Amino acid sequence: MNIPSVLSRSLVFHVSIFAVIAAVGFALAQDAAKQEDPLPPGSTQVMQSEELAQALKGERKPVVLYVGPKSIYAQAHVPGAENIGPVARPEGMEKLRARAASLAKDSPVVIYCGCCAWDHCPNVRPAYAELKKAGFTNVRVLYLESSFGTNWKDKGLPVATGE
Amino acid sequence: MNRRPAIRNLLIALTALCLVLGIYLVAHRRGQHNSVRSSRDGLRNVPNLSFTDLNGNSIHTADYRNKVVLINFWAAWCVPCADEVPQFVGLQKKYQGQGLQVIGFSVDDDAQELQSFYRKYQMNYPVVASDIKLADAFGGVLGLPTTFVIGRDSRIHTKHNGATDFSVLEREVVALLAAQN
Repeated sequence: MNIPSVLSRSLVFHVSIFAVIAAVGFALAQDAAKQEDPLPPGSTQVMQSEELAQALKGERKPVVLYVGPKSIYAQAHVPGAENIGPVARPEGMEKLRARAASLAKDSPVVIYCGCCAWDHCPNVRPAYAELKKAGFTNVRVLYLESSFGTNWKDKGLPVATGE
Repeated sequence: MNRRPAIRNLLIALTALCLVLGIYLVAHRRGQHNSVRSSRDGLRNVPNLSFTDLNGNSIHTADYRNKVVLINFWAAWCVPCADEVPQFVGLQKKYQGQGLQVIGFSVDDDAQELQSFYRKYQMNYPVVASDIKLADAFGGVLGLPTTFVIGRDSRIHTKHNGATDFSVLEREVVALLAAQN
């Protein structure tokens, strides 16, 4: 019996098994993470930039709440958007709750941030969850894949400036 | 000796490894989205600015003439920004002797959180609490992270919107360091 050959075959076999298990595990973990996202791009609760720009020209404009950092709002924001501030911070969340208390639960509300890439935004998901928990029935989130600059301003959509 | 089973097993192992690598790369790309967008349009000069960093040092952009400068707008609360910091620390360490200077402009960070982040990541370059005037001076920063690459000629050569591909960034830095003013 050639011992090195047997060892080599055994090693190759185990590496193969490990690699397959790792691949399957990784794929399942990715899918699970995707399913847990309450705001998957393309879902009804997510709104595209052009759709919001169109809605803002209509009769019944949605209430637009900006939940990101103030410096971006001051440089450029969706016209008519109210600056709530980053809801990842307690003071921002309090401000959102206070504003929500003055709105009818069936008001059309659009939340947006665009501080950074959609997958990593620390603000839109907590803001959406809070409004849903408060009983809002018509709340959507503006989908800004990369940032407000790239996915709104650079598209030539209207902006307002100032605090 | 019959080598066929060994070759077959090796092929299985290689296929499995390629599968793992493929899945990882696809997932990684999907998570990053438009991670790197660079633009070279409108090369313009760095504005003349003065500011104070976290350690109380006065900084003037004019002091960096003849250096290659990376201006990184970031925030400690921004996950992709925080992920980049160790790589900026690495670039600063690797190329400072050749004339590279990284400067971090922190956006809307809580002062204490910023100090704590700065210490935790042992940031080896100046960090400045940014404001709207600073962002405006660079033509506006409407998303994080955003990185400007400035040559020895004090001109902005590239702007990276979103998470940076550091292999691209490093190539740019090396090319600009090699260029004479």
